[in-house]
Amino acid sequence: MVPTSYYVLLSAVLFILGVIGVVTRRNALVLFMSVELMLNSANLALVAFAAARQDVAGQIVVFFVIVVAAAEVAVGLALLVAIFRSKRTTDVDEIHALRG
Amino acid sequence: MTEITIPPIDWRVATQLCIIFGWASVLLIIALFVPRSRIRVVGYLAIAGLVVAAGAGIPFWGGSAETFGGMLRLDTYSMMLNWLFLAAAAVVIAYSLNYLPKHGIEHGEYYVLVLFATAGMMLLAQGGDLIVLFLGLELLSLTLYVLTGFAYPRETSEESGMKYLLTGAFAGGFIVFGIALIYGATGSLNLAAIGDTLARAALAAEDRTYLYAGAALIVTGFGYKIAMAPFHMWAPDVYEGAPTPVAAFLSVGSKAAGFAALVRFLVEAMGSQWPVWAPALATLAIATLLLGNIGALIQNNVKRMLAYSSVGHAGYMLLGVLAAGAPGGMAGQRGVEAVLLYLLAYMLTNLGAFGVLIALEQRGELTWDINQFAGLWARRPLLASAMAICLLSLAGVPPTAGFWGKFYVFTAAWQAGFGWLTIIGILTAAIAAFYYVRIVVQMFTAEPSRETPAETDPALRAGLVIAIAGILVLGFMPAPAIDLVQRSVLATVGGQ
Amino acid sequence: MLADYLPILVMLLVALFVAVFVIVLSRYLGPQRPTRRKLMPYESGMEPIGPGQRRFPVKFNLVAMLFILFDIEVIFLFPYALVYKQLGVPGLAAMGVFFVVLVIGMIYEWRRGALEWE
Repeated sequence: MVPTSYYVLLSAVLFILGVIGVVTRRNALVLFMSVELMLNSANLALVAFAAARQDVAGQIVVFFVIVVAAAEVAVGLALLVAIFRSKRTTDVDEIHALRG
Repeated sequence: MTEITIPPIDWRVATQLCIIFGWASVLLIIALFVPRSRIRVVGYLAIAGLVVAAGAGIPFWGGSAETFGGMLRLDTYSMMLNWLFLAAAAVVIAYSLNYLPKHGIEHGEYYVLVLFATAGMMLLAQGGDLIVLFLGLELLSLTLYVLTGFAYPRETSEESGMKYLLTGAFAGGFIVFGIALIYGATGSLNLAAIGDTLARAALAAEDRTYLYAGAALIVTGFGYKIAMAPFHMWAPDVYEGAPTPVAAFLSVGSKAAGFAALVRFLVEAMGSQWPVWAPALATLAIATLLLGNIGALIQNNVKRMLAYSSVGHAGYMLLGVLAAGAPGGMAGQRGVEAVLLYLLAYMLTNLGAFGVLIALEQRGELTWDINQFAGLWARRPLLASAMAICLLSLAGVPPTAGFWGKFYVFTAAWQAGFGWLTIIGILTAAIAAFYYVRIVVQMFTAEPSRETPAETDPALRAGLVIAIAGILVLGFMPAPAIDLVQRSVLATVGGQ
Repeated sequence: MLADYLPILVMLLVALFVAVFVIVLSRYLGPQRPTRRKLMPYESGMEPIGPGQRRFPVKFNLVAMLFILFDIEVIFLFPYALVYKQLGVPGLAAMGVFFVVLVIGMIYEWRRGALEWE
């Protein structure tokens, strides 16, 4: 048995990679992928905890997180297509009609 | 093969939610068959659904029940919030009825999305489980992303939708990871069960690390939703770019729902850890008060100013949240009451202020410069006085609703032992008064720089009248509202 | 305890060594006489025509999004499939509600014309 803390450490590393990705990358598609990495690292932690505690609740959350992530990406891609039609770019630095 | 028995469902708890969800689904189909020119009918039907849902809650007032294994709660706290959400949604739809055709973005989906967002808010108020809070939050956020980008092909609308989505998804990631860590620390997702576990015994060192990290992540995630500094940077851009009725909905509904869930999480699940989280949250509250109010001070764009001011108001509500967690029954209950009363006053006031903005907004003209308000009194005295009442209420000048909200929050924080925080709150309120009064002065004394036509329609006027009447009634006769708020208790705070 | 995983580590190291070794070996032992033809992406003598990445219409995006949504929502059927007998009629009713919601989404996208290709 690998101790649960190892899984948690791995998922924390993945989560931080996702956060770094969101903060530093500028392409909207890559940002979506980074968010996805954050969510899935949480899924890994949930499954690890659920296995350690022999409890099914953690695994149920994973299902919901997967579905919500898909819905989020669908909305995101739709907005991205709408922006791309008028601006021909997916770079978030190029999208700056609003200050701030 | 053991038979799994599904526990009986207490439908009272889910009545309002079922009505809104069901009606939204039906309306989605109805909207497909309504001809383009009559699409406004969908808006009227949506308001009818909101009214029915609000009425359906009345027989259940006073009790406290839960169902779906404690996942869904109905206590007076959540019922009070549900009514606030339903009312705000109805006013926002009334504002939109003429705004949408004027800007060429009239689609039936708009009203359906508002209903779904309302259902998300109600889930946040009623959720007794981290899964439900997460789902409610995502339902609310996903619909609001679409609503924010609804003014396609206006570029600023799409852009603000995108910005909101990216920050929102980022915050969602924090919340999910926080939920995972708290689940790991306590082995439960139910707020009451988490609270029990934490109150009963000290956790092992490793679990304590998970718990605090998880709680910090969840508060950060909700911090984005309620626009708490330093996670507020999206708010001005999103408010500016979103269609104005949607900005109104964002500023009142989304914030209120975020606070509803935050209070439940911090008080019910993390109540025993108050000595740990209170100092951290107090620091964030100070940052929110200062950044929000000073940010608003330097804005010439009224919509952005309202966005920063809403950040500042989040700071005042955080004072109430801090008091709500305080041990020793009385102070805690007073904190919850303060948050609710503040939310009530803030909702009425912001809805009124955004209503005036909608009346002044012309198609294609998106400046919202403070000069637009110059000499408004001479041209449209009623609109100008409505705006003045809203601004004075935002500033917390008696006798308006905003004054009672601030008064209640400050006394609650004072009683809970946050003396210095209360003083900072009062000082920032003085700063805030400056930028609100600046607009009032513009409206009443300055010469009109140019003729800005203002249009109102019956629906918009009805929404404005409701908001302004609410502000004044609450301001002059606060007793009934305070009485209502005092009966609104979190089931656990009142002692289950 | 972690010692159980030692063979996997050894295997990883061996695989890594073999791969790197072969690449380095061919780099040093093989004769290298590059010509323009040889440096082209496809060494079969074909002249490349146009960029390698084809642009595809936005319609694919729409269909892909709809597919992902329905595809993923259907994962809720898997846990149900495991316990449908034990859950009996109440479980069937609950999943029925779930399906009604899915069908409403389906009707909506159908009537809005999202499923039409042209």
